Amino acid sequence: MATVTRRLDDISPKEPVIAPGQTYGSITDLVNDVVDQTERPPRFWLAVFGIGSLLLMLLLNAVGYLLIRGPGIWGINIPVAWGFAIINFVWWVGIGHAGTLISAILLLLRQEWRTSINRFAEAMTLFALMCAGMFPLLHVGRPWVVFFMFPIPSTTGMWPQFRSPLMWDVFAINSYMLVSAVFWYVGLLPDLATLRDRAWRRWNDAPPPERKLADRIRQIAYGMAAIGWRGSARHWHRYEMTYLLLAGLATPLVVSVHTIVSFDFAVSVLPGWHATVFPPYFVAGAIYCGFAMVLVLMIPIRKVYRLEGLVTMNHIENMAKVMLVAGLIVFYGYLMELFFAWYSGNTYERFMMQNRLTGPYWPAYWALILCNVLIPQLLWLKRVRTNLVVLFIVAIFVNIGMWLERYVIVVVSLHRDFLPTSWGAYHGTFWDWALYLGTFGLFLVNMALFLRFLPMINVFEMKHLLHSKMPQPAKGEESR
Amino acid sequence: MSSKPSDTSRAPDPAALDWIAVRERLRSSKGPAYWRSLDDLADTPQFRDLLEREFPRGASEWGKSVSRRSFVKLMGASIALSGLAACSRQPVEHIVPYVKPPEQMIPGEAMHFATSIPSDGCGLGVVVESHTGRPTKIEGNPNHPASLGGAGAREQAAILSLYDPDRSANVTLDGTITTWEACKEAIQRYTRSFQAVQGEGLYVLTRGVVSPSLAHQISQLRAAFPKTQWHQYDPLHNDAAIEGAQIAFERNVSVRLHLARAKRILSLDADFLSSGPGAIRYAKDFANARDVDRVPEMNRLYVVEAMPTVTGSMADHRLPMRLTEMERLARTIAALVGVPNCAVDEELSESQLAFARAVAADLRAHAGESLVIAGESQTAMAHAIVHAMNETLESVGRTVTYIEPVEARPENHVRSLANLVLAMNARKVKLLLILGGNPAYDAPPDLEFAKAIDHVSMRLHLSSHANETSALCQWHVPEAHPLESWGDTRAFDGTTAMVQPLIAPLYNGKTAAEILDVALGTNRSAHAIVQDYWRAQMDASEFDRFWETALANGFVPRSEHPPLDVRVRHGIAYQRLLESTDHIEIAFRGDPALGDGAEANNGWLQELPRPLTKITWDNAVLISPATAERLGVEREQVVDLTIDAYSVSGPVWILPGHADGCVTVHLGYGRTRCGRVGDNVGFSAYQIRRAGAMWSNRKVDITPTKGRHKLARTEDHHVMTQEGRPLARMGTLAEYQAAPDFAQHMAHDPARVINMHHRPAPEDGNAWAMTIDLNRCTGCNACMTACQAENNIPIVGKDQVIAGREMHWIRVDRYFVGDTLEEPLVVHQPVPCMQCEKAPCEVVCPVAATAHSDEGLNDMTYNRCVGTRYCSNNCPYKVRRFNFLHYAKEQYEGENRRALDAMHNPNVTVRSRGVMEKCTYCVQRINKARIEAKKEGRAIRDHEIVTACEQACPSEAILFGNLNDPNSRIVRAKQNPRNYALLGDLNTRPRTTYLARLRNPNEALEPPTARGRGAHGGSAEDVGETEGEAGRA
Repeated sequence: MATVTRRLDDISPKEPVIAPGQTYGSITDLVNDVVDQTERPPRFWLAVFGIGSLLLMLLLNAVGYLLIRGPGIWGINIPVAWGFAIINFVWWVGIGHAGTLISAILLLLRQEWRTSINRFAEAMTLFALMCAGMFPLLHVGRPWVVFFMFPIPSTTGMWPQFRSPLMWDVFAINSYMLVSAVFWYVGLLPDLATLRDRAWRRWNDAPPPERKLADRIRQIAYGMAAIGWRGSARHWHRYEMTYLLLAGLATPLVVSVHTIVSFDFAVSVLPGWHATVFPPYFVAGAIYCGFAMVLVLMIPIRKVYRLEGLVTMNHIENMAKVMLVAGLIVFYGYLMELFFAWYSGNTYERFMMQNRLTGPYWPAYWALILCNVLIPQLLWLKRVRTNLVVLFIVAIFVNIGMWLERYVIVVVSLHRDFLPTSWGAYHGTFWDWALYLGTFGLFLVNMALFLRFLPMINVFEMKHLLHSKMPQPAKGEESR
Repeated sequence: MSSKPSDTSRAPDPAALDWIAVRERLRSSKGPAYWRSLDDLADTPQFRDLLEREFPRGASEWGKSVSRRSFVKLMGASIALSGLAACSRQPVEHIVPYVKPPEQMIPGEAMHFATSIPSDGCGLGVVVESHTGRPTKIEGNPNHPASLGGAGAREQAAILSLYDPDRSANVTLDGTITTWEACKEAIQRYTRSFQAVQGEGLYVLTRGVVSPSLAHQISQLRAAFPKTQWHQYDPLHNDAAIEGAQIAFERNVSVRLHLARAKRILSLDADFLSSGPGAIRYAKDFANARDVDRVPEMNRLYVVEAMPTVTGSMADHRLPMRLTEMERLARTIAALVGVPNCAVDEELSESQLAFARAVAADLRAHAGESLVIAGESQTAMAHAIVHAMNETLESVGRTVTYIEPVEARPENHVRSLANLVLAMNARKVKLLLILGGNPAYDAPPDLEFAKAIDHVSMRLHLSSHANETSALCQWHVPEAHPLESWGDTRAFDGTTAMVQPLIAPLYNGKTAAEILDVALGTNRSAHAIVQDYWRAQMDASEFDRFWETALANGFVPRSEHPPLDVRVRHGIAYQRLLESTDHIEIAFRGDPALGDGAEANNGWLQELPRPLTKITWDNAVLISPATAERLGVEREQVVDLTIDAYSVSGPVWILPGHADGCVTVHLGYGRTRCGRVGDNVGFSAYQIRRAGAMWSNRKVDITPTKGRHKLARTEDHHVMTQEGRPLARMGTLAEYQAAPDFAQHMAHDPARVINMHHRPAPEDGNAWAMTIDLNRCTGCNACMTACQAENNIPIVGKDQVIAGREMHWIRVDRYFVGDTLEEPLVVHQPVPCMQCEKAPCEVVCPVAATAHSDEGLNDMTYNRCVGTRYCSNNCPYKVRRFNFLHYAKEQYEGENRRALDAMHNPNVTVRSRGVMEKCTYCVQRINKARIEAKKEGRAIRDHEIVTACEQACPSEAILFGNLNDPNSRIVRAKQNPRNYALLGDLNTRPRTTYLARLRNPNEALEPPTARGRGAHGGSAEDVGETEGEAGRA
């Protein structure tokens, strides 16, 4: 791994992890000016927030109608008892993975380039998890009794059934959510303190009268969120230790969560689900689509907020490389599925594979191959990796492809299983799509609020990075 | 057949019937017509009625629930009228609680009453389960000769018709509600005037009458008014059989088959296993004669038919053939078996001749044990030829007997109706009493019944629903359901049975006998009418005992008609009636579920997948693949069917095994006034069924249209076979004799080899298990309806079936076997929950809502179920059913919906939305038996527990019992070499297993080496090798 580390940095010596000319002050201003809200939010932000809000309303409608009528408003049936809800759940969980991978694993591997994107990626993880977490709750027939799934003492005297992969999911997702949130929050503390301090003090004397109340509220809010961070050496010492421990805690989660999500399928008897290759293949898939999502979000934001100095082409290219590698692992998974189906000699497995390739859902499978295997091969070219527009499009394709992959796994495997008399068909209804698009609303609104109220780049770590790159840092910047 | 099926377009077809919308429309049209204002009411009889009653009619009657809206309206009217009511002193009526309950009634304990309900024109003895006065389930009467415990889907579904919220609830005159008294008065006004003219102008139209007391009443009426005319019309009446008997014997007889004694059977389009009187008994007799474990020699069935039927699917050799060619085949086979005056027909094709030769030789070789049967679609001449064949083959008295006609007056019903129409058109009819039936809907269109009835001065229609015919009559009287009425009936063999009510009429329904009694002027109750009739038949001293016995048994023992000694007339010239043509023919059949359509408002029947097509909620134009190609039509394409001036359009369904050059349509659909369930479902084939061509027409013009009509099928894929999977296993008799356990070697079953996970059944306690004998199962669907009634299974409607959400706990899978689309074999495989010992559903449930019981049941705890549906995904048999919506609540909407609540089995939870459900092996019955056994301090006896499906199965294909009882029948069944586990290679260790199907092919038609279908032979050592081969089987 060490060699890989060095190589990632060495490949593009011209594209440093932080652009030349940055100072402590410039980093602080660059990031925090967005949050200080001294000017109107850019059009881009308004557009994201507006579209997000509309979609969020769609989500509320979709959820409301679902709770009133029941899951029959969706396209699910017998045999395809799982549909969009599970597909979306796996997809969003997968997207979340990139954040943890960037912040925890790359931290432990001392990948310096992670610094400028980790805060952002972690936020994405949290919001993606919020979206993902909704689905298991909503997809059940009786959401008002989901607490049966939690190991809490109740009058029924019943425990959950621990042999069920869904039960493992409950633990995996909840611990992932908890650790991700704590990790993100702990990492935010020094920056929250900076914001608290800047809220009032950036006016040198006192804020203009019209800003007084707003900035006082900001000062108090950020102050409470910063839980008394003073930046003392002891604080820093404890902080570093905690952060490292949390990184250590989060690292196995990157692997475990999607492994366990894959168990939902792998543990069953269903051809197309019952496969040992699923855990690694799911984890790789998650990283694949997570990095794609970071790119999809980062490329426009970097441009709009003029962060090219902090998120350099080096970052972009490194993420493209990770995507390429993860994509190849995923491709290997596809090949293994084909191989196992043939090698097993099992009628049902073979039929399942044949049905994927040529059955009624063949367009889904071949579109997935196009999106996930063929198009990403462009990433071998440096020109593509450094062309923001093309990279953005490739990343979008990967996201679509990964959604299709889950569609193929869930729907195509279920719709024709053992007894031909029970075969059926599945198609998402308006409400399926409404719920899916609605979660984008939740995601975008959260993202927009995050951009507006929290520093999207880890300021103090960037300074730390600057410090390590510049042996003699300028003095007196800490106080800002 | 296109391989790119339309299953990618699952969106509801715009042309599809939106029955929710239909229901909406109906509901809104019914409501406001009820009471618009007090002014509206002022001059109506019910206003006067209201004056006398403290509460409005409907508000004070129990059992008739009222929607909230109409309740509020009624209460508004009551308050307005309360001042009027206060003017007269109300009599004091003390109500008394159940201090002394009726004899035998224990709250919470079901009571059972034997009665009889109509089944294809005759009576079927049934036992009805009743809970605190509410009948909840109909089962066959084990002692009744027509049932022997079995009951068909339609007979069992009668319980739903009893509680049908759309039943007509009022006597109406020209659509406005009036009273029974007013109706009686109106009838008697006429009958008084008839006194002078000997009843000239009095016409009675009934369905086929098998009730002795009703027949007696009609003759009394004819005695009182000698010029009274009695007509009968039953749209599915077997007219040709009556005329065929006239040709052969010059008298009327009923044919009684003795299938248990028949070793070789030839059926000419006779679906004797699933339709017609006696089908339930015949299915049992047939299955017994086929059961290699019970009889030394398995029977062999040849079926010649146009459309694949349940009977055809049981055939060892099945010849698809157009109906009009069948008479020629009959004559040829008759000639070959030695019937005089018959000759081999040269126009038959080579393969048809070969079939005829082989069949004739086989029948002759088994003279005395062979049987030929003709169906209702056959000509009178074909029936006569069949009688002659049976006589030549020495079958009469052995495999078939002729008895006095079961019907009171057998006649050609079409002719009878035509005569009535003539009389009506001649303005001869003054008073027409239509007692049951629905001729406005099901009469041949060329009779123009609806036009003719206009000329009748007073028309009265007795019917359970205000239907198409009621709309043409001034008077409509609600008909009492068989479970509400007194009466009597005869079974297919003449056995007399009593009809006794289980419940007081819910809607003040009347019986045909009561109406006739009004006409007679005697005004007795239905109870008195039946009693008076039977009292007159015997010594007064015997009567009480006779009556008690008949009611307790449900029938009069030993009352079947004795065999007649009739001989086929000599010198019949079996002349050819039919020339062959190249036109496409059409065949009409009663619907396998709905029959003639009288039960079209019955949701259970509408949602019952038809045995061969698996279509629900629709009929279709059934057509063979080759003919579809010839016509250039596709599945679900709407075509116009035109016969002369009559035309109807319906969707095409391509059915492998259908005869080429002809189409089949099922009757019973396209109702327009039957209720919110059945209205506008399918198309009415009656519209092109002319009086001269009731069962088939030799020419139909088929015009493809651009329209599409989505059909709701429960097997929603377009592959018809088992896909090379050893699912429903079948072998020939020869293979079975060579290796009785052939079925066990068609796939590797890990349960039969050593396994570290082996969990033997506990040796103490009970271990429940089931076997389903595919060799006995005919695919008739009786088990599905039994399960639906027993377990409170809701219907979901056409849209939900299309969405793939039907709720049946047991389904009957149908596979086509073989490599041709023209002559495939068909296997039926009922699939309930397998109750796997290593159930894949249990491990994946996160909340332990589905768990294993000590006795091996895979239990569902509805209250615990969260509804993740993971269990269903992991169930290889896909037997789990999910309440995607609140089906139990939504299945009927609108007025009187709550009437259905009374039908529910109180021992089974009604499931709410969002929970999974599935077959429980009727755990409520198991628990009941357990309690009884515990109280008596004994073990549960073998056969003490009978599951609903097992109980209903006419052919006894299903067997349930305790594996830990070494003497039980189930243990013996599991040791049967034909026993195998479905998908046993998954190591699920199902407790439900199957006994492989056997065929008994004729070597002359199918040389043993020539066939590759069915099984792999093999011995126990082959297990390892056959494992890999499983898929390729």
